[in-house]
Amino acid sequence: MRFSIYRYDPEQDAKPHMQVYDLDIDPAGNMLLDALLMIKDTLDSTLTLRRSCREGVCGSDGMNINGSNGLACITPLADLKQPVEVRPLPGLPVIRDLVVDMTPLNQQYRSVEPWLNNADPAPEIERLQSPEQRAQMDGLVECIQCGCCSSACPSFWWNPDKFVGPAGLLAAYRFIADSRDQTSDRRLDNLQDPYRLFRCHGIMNCVTVCPKGLNPTAAIGKMKTLLVKRGA
Amino acid sequence: MGDGDFVAFIMMPVKRKFDAVIVGGGGAGLRAALQLSGSGLQVAVVSKVFPTRSHTVSAQGGITAALGNVTPDNWHWHMYDTVKGSDYLGDQDAIEFMCRHAAEAVIELEHMGLPFSRLDNGRIYQRPFGGQSMNYGGAQATRTCAAADRTGHALLHTLHQQNLKARTHFFDEYFALDLLRDADGYVLGVTALCIETGAPLVIEARATLLATGGAGRIFRYSTNAHINTGDGLGMVLRAGLALQDMEFWQFHPTGLPGSGSLITEGVRGEGGYLVNNRGERFMERYAPHAKDLAGRDVVARAVALEIHAGRGCGPHGDTIHLKLDHLGAALIKDKLPGIRELALRFAGVDPIDEPIPIVPTAHYMMGGIPTNLHGQVVMPARFGPEEPVPGLYAVGECACVSVHGANRLGGNSLLDLVVFGRAAGNHIIETLRENPFARLLPESAAEGALTRLERWNKTGAGENVADLRLTLQTLMQRHCGVFRTEVLMREGIAALDILQTRLEGVRLADHSQVFNTARIEALELENLFVVARATLVSALARTESRGAHARDDYPERDDDHWLKHTLYTSENDQIDTKPVRLKPLTVEPFLPKERTY
Repeated sequence: MRFSIYRYDPEQDAKPHMQVYDLDIDPAGNMLLDALLMIKDTLDSTLTLRRSCREGVCGSDGMNINGSNGLACITPLADLKQPVEVRPLPGLPVIRDLVVDMTPLNQQYRSVEPWLNNADPAPEIERLQSPEQRAQMDGLVECIQCGCCSSACPSFWWNPDKFVGPAGLLAAYRFIADSRDQTSDRRLDNLQDPYRLFRCHGIMNCVTVCPKGLNPTAAIGKMKTLLVKRGA
Repeated sequence: MGDGDFVAFIMMPVKRKFDAVIVGGGGAGLRAALQLSGSGLQVAVVSKVFPTRSHTVSAQGGITAALGNVTPDNWHWHMYDTVKGSDYLGDQDAIEFMCRHAAEAVIELEHMGLPFSRLDNGRIYQRPFGGQSMNYGGAQATRTCAAADRTGHALLHTLHQQNLKARTHFFDEYFALDLLRDADGYVLGVTALCIETGAPLVIEARATLLATGGAGRIFRYSTNAHINTGDGLGMVLRAGLALQDMEFWQFHPTGLPGSGSLITEGVRGEGGYLVNNRGERFMERYAPHAKDLAGRDVVARAVALEIHAGRGCGPHGDTIHLKLDHLGAALIKDKLPGIRELALRFAGVDPIDEPIPIVPTAHYMMGGIPTNLHGQVVMPARFGPEEPVPGLYAVGECACVSVHGANRLGGNSLLDLVVFGRAAGNHIIETLRENPFARLLPESAAEGALTRLERWNKTGAGENVADLRLTLQTLMQRHCGVFRTEVLMREGIAALDILQTRLEGVRLADHSQVFNTARIEALELENLFVVARATLVSALARTESRGAHARDDYPERDDDHWLKHTLYTSENDQIDTKPVRLKPLTVEPFLPKERTY
């Protein structure tokens, strides 16, 4: 199979270039990550990428694959048109090859205070939550922070410092939706300005690319509604 | 950068100082870090990957605690099951400690926000897991607390979030090289490498905790993430310290062929079962009482035996089928959504309609860095049985406390992380209060690590890392797998000797300082080599079958000679032993008896 891969080593290269690799690999049963690691192991050990779990749960290997963001480890080779064009996640500073600087995403994640707040004395048993209440968090807690969504979002490309982005907003709503959290109001306050939440224009790239099938746009819509309802 | 520059560069690495440094950002490291940050100490977490990429994230089925939310339960029964599961090699004081503190540790996680699945009455959902019983070996218990089949993901993200709240200092994507020690053997921190810039860094700390996880990548077929290369174990061996019980590797009965991805025991807990090519539910023959929920070692061997006997499934007869279609689409979607996703993606089957093909796959290292209940690393002393290595702690899969003995029960691994992560954190807090002053770091303390690093700057033709790694993994799979014999293992050691000499001739083609993953893989390979050696040598020494260590030439458990732990040190491949602690903290001991399910 033929691959065309984005290469950039700031120590060697004045600017990035695409490099073509021809690899003898059976597309059936193999994922893109298998191919990239085979290239690294057998053709070119300088090819640089992140990887860890190789099964779509750790979020290390988000990249741009034939124009669309996804995880290399769960993208079947058989589904890809050749030459397979592989680039780093867009809109983020490139450190080297397919490795990007995730700092803007991590900062926005941190900015929504992604932890449970409950000021009541801790009971000696678990805080009770009905299956229905727990179901409110389905589609929110599964996020793996791979960054595919935010780095596919034009609003995030333009304002990564002011717009929280779909990943961070999904996390914000995860705690609003949690019946155990007592700070929904403060969480909404934290999003109430022209940028942090409202720069989402419903383009829905985030939904299209999310490798876990999650829907940040829906979460964003619910928070917008909550803000309108409480008479922002 | 010229050669002269490089020398200047390595002579003066940047120094940072913290109260405590934790190597590893998985469940154990983050739980310990949270305890320390919460007490106002300055704590640094050094992790070679962003913390939520750690292998804890892949844990599926759950975390075991006798909450009794579904069936009557108490920690004594959990303790009995864990002792029996360990094939009596687990230390009963540590097992009592873990089971006693299990419920509060899980409740604490819930209070932190972990999104557990729920029962109708609002309490934490629990499912049956292998080796669990009520009333000391009676009917099946339901003891494993779960967040669907993504419990590790939920646990790791929750702990990461809590550490963000506590403002823990993270060194994300820094690779720890070696321990810093002084002449008296005190551990004073670690040398690390910033992966992004290639710059070495000295992190001084009055306490150093290793939480570097497992090393399943010594095997060809493993459920483990690529990052599980035993880096903390390598650091300990290079410091001249010992590893304990390294012959005990759990082969999980249900890994996906090829990719090796784990299919949780929770599938069988929810009512799934194994069948051979005749459609026979064969576990009824091997474990008439517990059947598919016998200990993992028992089920893995049964699966291997069925395949060897020609009763395997699939076109090559080399798998066994895990059947769960009878559970119904609703249950599978609600309780096993991650499994369905994995099966669809990596095996091309929808478990709602078809069985999942599985094979026994290397999964978990029961052995590791010997510690006591407080996570302090302990070593044999000249007088008395053992004493702590000052300043050094270890927790989680890299440690051997030993609660898992010869075979770990499902759901006890996540528990081990949080119970002993917290215990180690508490002990470090006390120790640092009593010892407020740092010892002087010798000028030369980082030299060994920097020399080792420099070795990878050699240029020229040579073998490559990937070839040697694959050869090593294939060797271990063949010579130290599910079934072992003296001949097989001696051949393995001889082959490893030869491979070791080839390691000297490996050269990197990538000499960039920027995010050089080729260099990281080389450093990881060094760690894989020493862990593989510790495993083979320890396995050869133990002339009995116990738990996950199954020898065709010594098929019986031998309590007269081997009711003891092995200790391996690199110098001369030395094997020592120490007694199993059969005396619990407060309750009566469970004396060894025949282990049947």
